[in-house]
Amino acid sequence: MTEEEIKQVLFRLLKKIAPETEPEKLKPDDDIRRTLEIDSFDALQFVVALDEHFGIETPEADYGKIATLKGLISYIIQKRK
Amino acid sequence: MIEFTMPSLGADMEAGTLMEWLVKPGDHVKRGDIIATVDTQKGLIDIEVFDTGIVNALLIKVNEKVPVGTKMALIATDKEAPVPIQKQPPGVERRIRATPLAKKMAADKGIDLSTIKGTGEGGAITHVDVEKVISGKIPPEVHEEEEKTGAAENIRMAVAAAMSKSNREIPHYYLDVKVDMSKALAWLTEANKQRTVKLRLLPVVLLVKAVAKALKEVPDLNGYWENGLSEKQEINIGFVVSLRKGGVMIPAIHDADKKNVDELMTSLNDIIPRARAMKLRSSELSESTFTISSLGEGNADTVYGVIYPPQVALAGFGSITEQPWAESGMLDVRPVMNITLSADHRATDGATGSRFLMIVKKFLENPELLVQ
Amino acid sequence: MDALIKNTTITYREAIKQAIREAMQKDEKVFLMGEDVGRYGGAFAVSKGLLQEFGPDRIMDVPLSESGFVGAGIGAALKGMRPIVEIMTVNFGLLAMDQVVNNAATLLHMSGGQLNVPLVIRISCGIGRQLAAQHSHSWEPLYAHIPGLKVLSAGTHEDARHMLQPALNSPDPVIIFEYTFLLNAEGEVSEDAGMVDITKAKVRRQGKDISIITYGAGVYKALEAATVLAAEGIDAEVVDLRVLRPLDNETVFDSVRKTHRALLVEEAWGAVNVSSEVCARIMENIFYELDAPVMRLGGQEVPIPYPKHLENASVPQKEDIINAIKKIMLHD
Repeated sequence: MTEEEIKQVLFRLLKKIAPETEPEKLKPDDDIRRTLEIDSFDALQFVVALDEHFGIETPEADYGKIATLKGLISYIIQKRK
Repeated sequence: MIEFTMPSLGADMEAGTLMEWLVKPGDHVKRGDIIATVDTQKGLIDIEVFDTGIVNALLIKVNEKVPVGTKMALIATDKEAPVPIQKQPPGVERRIRATPLAKKMAADKGIDLSTIKGTGEGGAITHVDVEKVISGKIPPEVHEEEEKTGAAENIRMAVAAAMSKSNREIPHYYLDVKVDMSKALAWLTEANKQRTVKLRLLPVVLLVKAVAKALKEVPDLNGYWENGLSEKQEINIGFVVSLRKGGVMIPAIHDADKKNVDELMTSLNDIIPRARAMKLRSSELSESTFTISSLGEGNADTVYGVIYPPQVALAGFGSITEQPWAESGMLDVRPVMNITLSADHRATDGATGSRFLMIVKKFLENPELLVQ
Repeated sequence: MDALIKNTTITYREAIKQAIREAMQKDEKVFLMGEDVGRYGGAFAVSKGLLQEFGPDRIMDVPLSESGFVGAGIGAALKGMRPIVEIMTVNFGLLAMDQVVNNAATLLHMSGGQLNVPLVIRISCGIGRQLAAQHSHSWEPLYAHIPGLKVLSAGTHEDARHMLQPALNSPDPVIIFEYTFLLNAEGEVSEDAGMVDITKAKVRRQGKDISIITYGAGVYKALEAATVLAAEGIDAEVVDLRVLRPLDNETVFDSVRKTHRALLVEEAWGAVNVSSEVCARIMENIFYELDAPVMRLGGQEVPIPYPKHLENASVPQKEDIINAIKKIMLHD
């Protein structure tokens, strides 16, 4: 899976959780939750979706690593290796 | 014979439109069964029955809009049964309203009429509606979108009505307390290490649990003001869910005091998405006995809530922030949460409210007491 | 020069008179009989001048006895003449009902097919000239009920002008209803249109959204309503039944198959009228073409009042048609 493909999947998952936002407009260093106004409940749903989709496991301790689009993509790539 | 009436789904509801009967005369129903769908300002609500018995007659037709309290159906109690079962009157059977031509076209093309929204008289499906679906011009989702836009306005009006009533009638008093959340968060971190991501707990379940336990000890805050305070046996926590398009829904977590933290999380996982989709049941909208408003992380420090009538109190939880914390002559930095209580001064006084807050504080600062 | 198509604007009264005159010129077996048709020129001046042209043998004043002169007309028809019998108003027509029903409509059947009655009865009918309950009613349905009759309704100038000849050509009794409120109204008539097909209803205006099915006094009102509705985006078709017995199912059905909706309009009392029958036939035959319930507008069930405003209120008007159609189309 390329970085671009991962990005497209992430957009789709975010769009599902926050349908009226435009995840495509996220800049690599934007804080995803703050920019898209995602609350803690939806954030948890997003992590569940991430884990299911990419077959990874994201412990709470790693939440800090996935706050931005850039961080999240490299986290996924690294986890999938 | 028991009269089943249009339920009030909150102080703001004046009327509802029957969209569908899910039972017919002769059907056996028991308490909690969903027997009808009603369209309200808060979306399509599944209406539950409060009694057990046999449906004797359906008095309201589909698409009829009636005020709260209107008789909708008669239910014979088990004692009264067997009753002469009334033959199902023609207008109230569960059928799709469509014109002869629409039915024929749908049958010819193998289209399920129940997937089409009618625009004809009384919501009847006309041949134009069927044609639009055939030609692919109007997939059913578009209707849903339109509905949701209107729904956001309806919700706004519903919130406005309830909050105006509250502000007009309820003399609020406010109290607040700071709580050191370090132990609670540490407990959560440990707990979540043992849980798969799907079962993970959010801090808010501890808040719900603490409030439910505190209400057991301070029952004066768990009830309705109806020309006097009437305390409620069940502790049903209304949980404020803000909608992305504006407005709030307040679904109830039933018997919150009897649920453990995992069960509370399961309840939240169930009701929050349904609240956002405006697909709640009548009991979830009408049976809250106390309300919690939690802002969540990264938001304001303190929330002073407006009580949802006829309830008599509301607890507000701000964001957890790191703050200087003095204890035993020592200064430390702790994760701190501001908790407020808005309470109805007709029903209780500051001393009661204060006792409640101190109990909540005690539980959150000693999470081991909470999850016993 | 004879191929030139001539459209002339004449009154409804003049259209009827030209039709009578032409028929009498063509066939000397044709004659006109009725109260005051000769020396007075007709109660509504329809036959003015015809006595001078054709003489008293063919323009025949009769005593005030509807039963008597309709019976005489039947006798003349049986003997091979082609009588046109005028009944002054439909109210008086009831006095001759026995002759119409028990003789004119029945003899062919009772004689085992030996006796045809080629009689034409013209009856003034309808509402709108303040002639009150003594002289104005819409009793077309009473006649349309009777087997053995052909019942025609001249709702337009064209039909008033070109319906009489085919009626006279019919070997069996024909009733033609004419509308007094139209007498002075001018309308366009094509001289060379030829005879009306008196077996078929006529689509007076094409439309795709709804069929207004009407006859007689309803035709012009329906057309006016359709014009107003067109400006509001509703495209109404107007079907003039024209033949009330035997009804032309196919023209009606074809129209409803196209529009999927129908409003039936007539001035006759609402219950058990022509619309009732048309409505039933639509249900029986083309139910699955319908996209809305078939609706009817009929007359109020009262003797026709004298005061103008009450007379107007007693029968469907243009506005009533417009409102009914908006209700069907827009559900408001």
